[in-house]
Amino acid sequence: MRAEAPEGDARIMSKRTVEYTVGRTPEMGVDARPTPGLLEPTQLIPAEPDFETNSMLVNVGPQHPATHGVLRLLLELDGETVVRCTPHIGYLHSSFEKLGEYRDWNQIVPLTDRMDYLAPLIYNCAFVMAVEKLGGIEVTERCKVLRVIMMEMDRIFGHLLWLGTWAIDVGAFTPFLYAFQQREKIYTLHEALTGARITTSATRVGGLMADAPKGWEEDVRAFANQLPRTLDEIDALLTTNGIHLGRTQGVGAISGEEAINSGFTGPNLRASGVPYDVRKDRPYYDYETYDFEVPVGEHGDCYDRYLVRMEEMRQSCRLLHQALDRLPDGPVNVDDPRVILPSKTDCMNDMESMIHHFKLVMEGVKIPEGDCYFPVEGSKGELGMYVVSDGGSKPIRWRIRPPSFVNLSVISKLVEGGLFADVIMVNASLDIVLGEIDR
Amino acid sequence: MMTPSDEHPLPSTSSSEEPGAVEEVHPSVDALERRFGDVVLRHQIQAGDEHVVYVEPGRSLEVLEWLRDDAGQRFDLLVDVTAVDYGGGRPIEVVYQLWSIPNRRALRVKCELPLSELEIDSVVPLWDAANWLEREVYDMFGVHFRGHPDPRRILMPEFYQEGHPLRKDFPLRGRFSRAEQTRRALSQNPEDYYPPTEFVGPGRDPQVPQVDPDRLEEDRPERELLSPDEAEGAHGPDDQAERE
Repeated sequence: MRAEAPEGDARIMSKRTVEYTVGRTPEMGVDARPTPGLLEPTQLIPAEPDFETNSMLVNVGPQHPATHGVLRLLLELDGETVVRCTPHIGYLHSSFEKLGEYRDWNQIVPLTDRMDYLAPLIYNCAFVMAVEKLGGIEVTERCKVLRVIMMEMDRIFGHLLWLGTWAIDVGAFTPFLYAFQQREKIYTLHEALTGARITTSATRVGGLMADAPKGWEEDVRAFANQLPRTLDEIDALLTTNGIHLGRTQGVGAISGEEAINSGFTGPNLRASGVPYDVRKDRPYYDYETYDFEVPVGEHGDCYDRYLVRMEEMRQSCRLLHQALDRLPDGPVNVDDPRVILPSKTDCMNDMESMIHHFKLVMEGVKIPEGDCYFPVEGSKGELGMYVVSDGGSKPIRWRIRPPSFVNLSVISKLVEGGLFADVIMVNASLDIVLGEIDR
Repeated sequence: MMTPSDEHPLPSTSSSEEPGAVEEVHPSVDALERRFGDVVLRHQIQAGDEHVVYVEPGRSLEVLEWLRDDAGQRFDLLVDVTAVDYGGGRPIEVVYQLWSIPNRRALRVKCELPLSELEIDSVVPLWDAANWLEREVYDMFGVHFRGHPDPRRILMPEFYQEGHPLRKDFPLRGRFSRAEQTRRALSQNPEDYYPPTEFVGPGRDPQVPQVDPDRLEEDRPERELLSPDEAEGAHGPDDQAERE
């Protein structure tokens, strides 16, 4: 399959061949898995000097399943080589930050889960955590642990979607079905906890919309027990699969320094070998007391990003077990009538509670003047909520530090000089969600 | 009516009113004040433990470069660049969120820009991460970043004329009625969304289609060889009417 590289001008690289050593009947290894074929480095074959080519412009997206949303990549191609990549975003711009300035603090919560609809609970939690920090509100212990459970569950939720679509992009359909079967279980857990499957709006300043229903913890535990088996199955399908290795190893690689400089966070940064995890480096909600590991990659390519996310799901399962073990009884809401609505009974029988109820509904929670940046480890990277208050019940400014937005801005650097087919893999490996990029 | 909420406001968490509970000293802030003196305009502690430094906008690049490169600081991760408009003609704040991975330390640097002079040095030479973040600040607030390699709008349409949406003087529902917005949307020419400028990147020439006219005549059908004037009319009367 490999052609001889002719001597001559090496400037125009119009033809490439890749040789796989994976044969038609791959040998079976000891664990009954096909042994991975070693991938030869891509051979660049210089074109003949008098063979002139024009570059071609190709629009990828905005309406294309492989762009994972309404992302438009304008590619300039020389043969199959990407010369330049210009991303265009904004097709899903919903102006959430502007809308937030006209809503009071609790009314913003429904806006947050519409940004990252793949891991909505993390966004719900992150926003109210920022507001609570600015307001000096200390939530109850049960609320803290429940929020940890919610966030870890949704980290798995987000990673599973990434895993399914990643497998589709690499050409494998089965892992997609396995992953979405598991996601369906999390949808059910969402529904039991919040009443909604995607747009959860589960949190309130000072607590939660509602406590977990009876038996919910056992359901989460059952889910966390059986998930690793599915991950093993997907692992067996992908991790040593020759096609998967060939499509992802060495593709879209970025060094640790460059990744930091480009603002990478989350699994993408850790795949480049930088062990920065907000849960470890800027711990919130007692994450320093949980026993979990932060997987770190080595090469910073698509394959390492895959490995990091796979391991993160297993670590999240560990965290789920630990959090469920320590989930205390007690109230989920703070006992502060300036923040949390009184119970209906109190409201109907007690004048004070009636007034509190009226004030809270009519004016909303009042947060003291100041600003606060609160980062959490989202499923895509460092998710920061920056809230600025003037002492009223509405924010002066509500800013989301969008992890996928910053991660996506590097895509030009990652794909330029590579093959067209690699653009799809790089885009899939970044794990973007356009709802949050465009906001 | 006197209400319970008025009697007991939530405690403020800013530094001046909370005595002693938090670290008042931030090593980077001290070092900054020693190194740059008057460039550091003021220092605040917000939300309990978050240190904020106001820096003279004219020298922000210098300060941020020092913060990134100095051996004792090493703020290597530019987490966020954003802006805050407080309205009422007050200056717009450009906010840099910095994090030092080696030192595990956070710092927020702010520059106040008066509305008459919304210009500040771009930090793209220091951090690539600032590229899209600064474009977004320009798009949403109209702050110009000197030396930005690609100063275009990013979320709004590239030739959006109505202003900068996150400014307080921009109305929530836009400047025109719903009907007018629809009319304008319908009257747009889709080809305007593919401006020639998007083919110009940093340090590159504009893309000029290189087509051999002889080949074109052989291969292409006749109707594609219309002159620009004819091509304009080729949209047909219906399209024209819709645009009007």
